[in-house]
Amino acid sequence: MTSFLHGRAAWLAAFGAAVLVLTGCASNTRVEPPAPVENRLVGAGTPATVAPGANAGATTGQAAQSTVTPVDVTRNDTAANAGGRVVYFDFDSYVVKDEFRGVVESNARRLSADRKRRILIEGHTDERGGHEYNLALGQRRAEAVLKSLTLLGVSEAQLEAVSFGKEKPVVGGSNEAAWAKNRRAELKDR
Amino acid sequence: MDRRLFLQRGLGGCAALATVFPAASQFRVEISGIGAAQVPVAIARFRDEDKALHPVSQIVRADLERSGLFKLVPTAPDNLDENARPVFTEWRSRNADALAAGTVTRLADGRYDLRYRLWDVVKGTELIAQSLAVPKEDLRLAAHRIADDIYQKLTGERGIFSTRIAYVSKGAGRYTLFVADADGEGSRSALGSAQPIISPAWSPEGNELAYVSFETGKPVVYVQDVLNGRRRAVAEFRGSNSAPAFSPDGAQLAVTLTRDGNSELYAMGRQGDNLRRLTTAPGIDTEAAWSSDGRSIYFVSDRGGGPQVYRMGASGGNAERVTFSGNYNISPALSPDGRYMAYINRNGGNQFRLQLMDLNSGTVTALTDTNDDESPSFAPNSRLIIYASRAGGRDLLMTTTLDGLIKARLSPPQADVREPVWGPYSR
Repeated sequence: MTSFLHGRAAWLAAFGAAVLVLTGCASNTRVEPPAPVENRLVGAGTPATVAPGANAGATTGQAAQSTVTPVDVTRNDTAANAGGRVVYFDFDSYVVKDEFRGVVESNARRLSADRKRRILIEGHTDERGGHEYNLALGQRRAEAVLKSLTLLGVSEAQLEAVSFGKEKPVVGGSNEAAWAKNRRAELKDR
Repeated sequence: MDRRLFLQRGLGGCAALATVFPAASQFRVEISGIGAAQVPVAIARFRDEDKALHPVSQIVRADLERSGLFKLVPTAPDNLDENARPVFTEWRSRNADALAAGTVTRLADGRYDLRYRLWDVVKGTELIAQSLAVPKEDLRLAAHRIADDIYQKLTGERGIFSTRIAYVSKGAGRYTLFVADADGEGSRSALGSAQPIISPAWSPEGNELAYVSFETGKPVVYVQDVLNGRRRAVAEFRGSNSAPAFSPDGAQLAVTLTRDGNSELYAMGRQGDNLRRLTTAPGIDTEAAWSSDGRSIYFVSDRGGGPQVYRMGASGGNAERVTFSGNYNISPALSPDGRYMAYINRNGGNQFRLQLMDLNSGTVTALTDTNDDESPSFAPNSRLIIYASRAGGRDLLMTTTLDGLIKARLSPPQADVREPVWGPYSR
């Protein structure tokens, strides 16, 4: 049952038996993981490219429960380039200001001239506040630009409004100048 | 039960200054605060632990200390192991109520064998005698399990030290989703990307993580098996897909989708099947959090102006407002015992602070005096909250007890760490 108790002096074995009673369900082997060994196991810090089962954790026939297999999606990065088409917003505002009417109109002309062209409208916020709530606020900015474009005759099928929330600031720093540059919607070709 | 050993929290009367134990520099555990009644416990250095990958007794000590329920009695330079017969009167004179000692042995097959005993030095009796043999990758896990067993033996409650957390780090234009031990150490990359990753959420079994990845140029919700890395996009609708939350029974995922025009809550099966819309109010509805019984969903809505926390039935319908103080309350997290909600409040000074609401009384307590708190998440035993904060221009992870008295800064090796989420009890 337990290597801990076996091979000890007799007094200790007897004492150990008493301990087992005292400790109830504290099994000596409870750390042994019940999980089956999976052949895709990769151990700590090992890159995902390592051959399956190559890790030392498998050498004992025991799956290390701490195992985490890393995935790298860097090459999946298909984010478009900015293209210089940006609408900026006031604090806590979703109104497309008059000064950006030109940006919206030129994009509307471009999209109306080529009905096959599709763009992604990315809403962004400044760094203040929660990740998810800012994602929703950025979405509202993207939707405002989308609405401006459809009012100028662009088909909604050419448009998709999405948000990056506060995750992709263009300017670092915690001051109004930086925040003003980050409260924006970017119009990106797809 | 011995009255010294099993002191109940809150009955102690005299508050004791939390010992700032000289934890090894590699832990960088920073603990601050004044604790209520704490059990004084001595954890001797395990024999031969310096020859092992990790300093087992230091991990155990740091775990117990972070819980806020223990005061660590210095042990050095005692030369003790599990076979020692400690002189209990001597330990009593050092004001220890309990003592643990053990040995770390490297086995021929590469595994580690950990043996230890825990004594009640007041009664002069033995409380635990255990031997654990683990693969070398699980040595830290084994140390955390020892801390869990000691915690449970001395407090009567289940420990959470062998659980895992997930968090996101950002560095050099790269985002990484990490899984780490509950003390923030032993981090392992689960996902790396050049685009942001936000809002990780554990499945109730602890085998999968849901999260939002922007790798395709927009937010999409994925679910990934942590052990083997297999992942699937479960919400990739037109617009933005975000804020995943597993139901307590693991059968459903709540998500925020904008496919119908603005941010609304939906529920779906775990494979992304059987999509149902839960909210229809104009404005933003997001950040779903399930109650522990699975019957309610708490969420953030700006239907009344600024963002506030609301509660509705798990299948949608009428919602009632839950937060009333201040004009910006976000990121609700419900305690597994059903008693508390943690959330973030922005006060008039533009400070974002962790709050705790007692759901029975509605009483709200501010748990911090920091300015940039985010993303609270409860430990599975409802005794600690992990959250993100900021100091010195850096994002960092903190834990706090529910009375706000004992805080610990976790120090994973990555520089900017955020969005911590506490996993369930391990198997």
